[in-house]
Amino acid sequence: MSSRDYILGRVRWSLGRGAFERDSCQQLEARLNTPQSNLIPKRGQGDAKAQLSLFVKMATEVNATVSRLKALENVPKAVAKYLKEQELDATVRLADHPELQKLDWSKLDASTGFSTGDDLVGVVMAYAGAAETGSLALRSGADSPTTLNFLPDYHIVVLKAADLVGDYEAVYARLRRESNKTDFMPRTLSWVTGPSRTADIEQTLLLGAHGPRKLHILVIEDNGEAS
Amino acid sequence: MKLNAHNFKENAAKALKDEDLQASLAKLGTGFPLKRLAAAARLPEFEALRDQARDIKDHTLRHLDFYLEKFECKVQETGGHVHWARDIEDGRKIVYDICESVGAKTVTKGKSMIGEEMAINEYLEEKGLIPVETDLGEYIIQLRNEPPSHIIAPAIHLRKSHVEEAFRKTHTELPPERNLDEPEDLLKEARAMLRKKFIAADVGITGANFMIAETGSTVIVTNEGNGDLTQTLPRVHIVLCSIEKMVPNLEDCATLLRVLARSATGQEQSVYTTFSTGPKQMDDPDGPDQFHVVILDNGRSRMLGHDTHDMLRCIRCSACINHCPVYQSVGGHAYGSIYPGPMGSVLTPAIYGLEQSCDLPNASTMCGKCEEVCPVRIPIPQMLRSWREKQWEDGPVPILQRLAMSVWAFWAVRPKAYHFGAKIKMRLLGLLGRKNGHFKSLLFSKAWTKSRDFPAPEGKTFQQLWSEKGGRRS
Repeated sequence: MSSRDYILGRVRWSLGRGAFERDSCQQLEARLNTPQSNLIPKRGQGDAKAQLSLFVKMATEVNATVSRLKALENVPKAVAKYLKEQELDATVRLADHPELQKLDWSKLDASTGFSTGDDLVGVVMAYAGAAETGSLALRSGADSPTTLNFLPDYHIVVLKAADLVGDYEAVYARLRRESNKTDFMPRTLSWVTGPSRTADIEQTLLLGAHGPRKLHILVIEDNGEAS
Repeated sequence: MKLNAHNFKENAAKALKDEDLQASLAKLGTGFPLKRLAAAARLPEFEALRDQARDIKDHTLRHLDFYLEKFECKVQETGGHVHWARDIEDGRKIVYDICESVGAKTVTKGKSMIGEEMAINEYLEEKGLIPVETDLGEYIIQLRNEPPSHIIAPAIHLRKSHVEEAFRKTHTELPPERNLDEPEDLLKEARAMLRKKFIAADVGITGANFMIAETGSTVIVTNEGNGDLTQTLPRVHIVLCSIEKMVPNLEDCATLLRVLARSATGQEQSVYTTFSTGPKQMDDPDGPDQFHVVILDNGRSRMLGHDTHDMLRCIRCSACINHCPVYQSVGGHAYGSIYPGPMGSVLTPAIYGLEQSCDLPNASTMCGKCEEVCPVRIPIPQMLRSWREKQWEDGPVPILQRLAMSVWAFWAVRPKAYHFGAKIKMRLLGLLGRKNGHFKSLLFSKAWTKSRDFPAPEGKTFQQLWSEKGGRRS
């Protein structure tokens, strides 16, 4: 008997039944295919303004830094300013994202693509943000390499306020909505809540374990469509 | 790791005298528990979320075969592979065969308790591969060649001097005069050493906190980012998980994630919660070419529908361990099992058999704190009690203990005689102990008085006091 049959058989035997009949299968299929949200905490359910201030508060609490910008065009300048404050060279590795690529990066030494571990600063676009815990949703794709989220020491993430939602469930709903396939998940979907950390040595909290030492979030309050 | 659970008493006695260990454990009682308390207090829905988390796991376990098959199907649809392992031998072989098929030499590993259960590192080493643990705590204990002492903080038993010693012994290519006094220095060195390993690895092995049937995704929850580097950089990503890690939908997973980190470390959310679905997709600039999920049973399917069924709800947050007065006193190694603390004392006998782990169900004061803080409300004390009952029925109880219990039971079922006897005994002990308020030694109580004094009764039994108060609390 294969291990697969052994395990599934054992599960059924222990639960005291055979394989599911079609009727109960249909109920389970329905639960699976029309996902319902469970209880969603109230804290993230305010209006856009409340969500933004909650997001900033929660992200800052976990040692991220946040700058609020009026327009996407201001991103290169804000990045340059941040790098100067951190006493870093003006060198960045950009995700190949259309919204980032259309900006004027001429004042910085900017290259594009995934990271092989030699980049000190990575700049990416967030797919979304969830106010309830100040978390960023970052998805893999041609415009968003996963290596840029984990290898550089300084992780700069651009989040459009329009992509900020109250809770995780809203992001899952959007993923489903935007995909016309049943396989709507990217290879990697990461929720990022603050910069990397560890408390493995004497329970002392230290930032910058294996992932980024710093997380800087640029929130774009005007998503570009209004102006 | 080899099971060494019959020596709990000896191990515990040693642990209590180990000054380094006691210094390491001193912080535990206030650290995680206070943070959990604060996080729970901040979220008004926390208790209701715990109820839902319990119900989601209950539903999934009742229909586990359905969800396992759905998950398998979805992983295959998204280009991944599912491997079923009935026991650890099976699991190890699957992992090695995958490594061999791609000609792997070095393997990076994210933290995985299933990996510990399989002793996958020892196995791969025997086969000539070089597995490298990348979670800082796991890396430290791998260098020291010892098992983890806690399921989420594996090196919690160590002082920083131990870490320094291990690094100096292993990182011989670095200048010996370098300064490693501060935790920051140690972290910096580990980060630099492991960075090279991440990039060189052929295969990355991670665990999984959850498997999602709807999408065929596996989920890891970490703070360091090592798990993400482990699963993104190598050509092959292998996920080790066990059957009970299943949840139906992304929404169900969201609910469990809201109670996981808060219960574990008191964080609102862990730093990185990453969902992996299949290998890298057509346009992806990075990510692994192969995605394999190894689903281990190792005795769990036997637990379904039986006394320890509810234990399969466990999401491995470690809240029960962090709050356990026994764990706080003796640390994780004393248990001699892969999973320490209250959850381990239920799970270990279920997986390995009661004969192999007879002390564990007794390694509890039955204070009930574990159940109180469990995010999925597992009745741990009740299950420990059921193990004790089995022990009583099936044999491995010393003859003197058995005799003493029989004598007690004889009187306990004769309440009038019992209360009369107890009244006389309490009055007598009350009189004898009036002067000191305690006894340094007492007949039939050597095991107690050997390490602490026995407080003298005040002359009345509980039953007497209770009826004097008319059966009311105050």
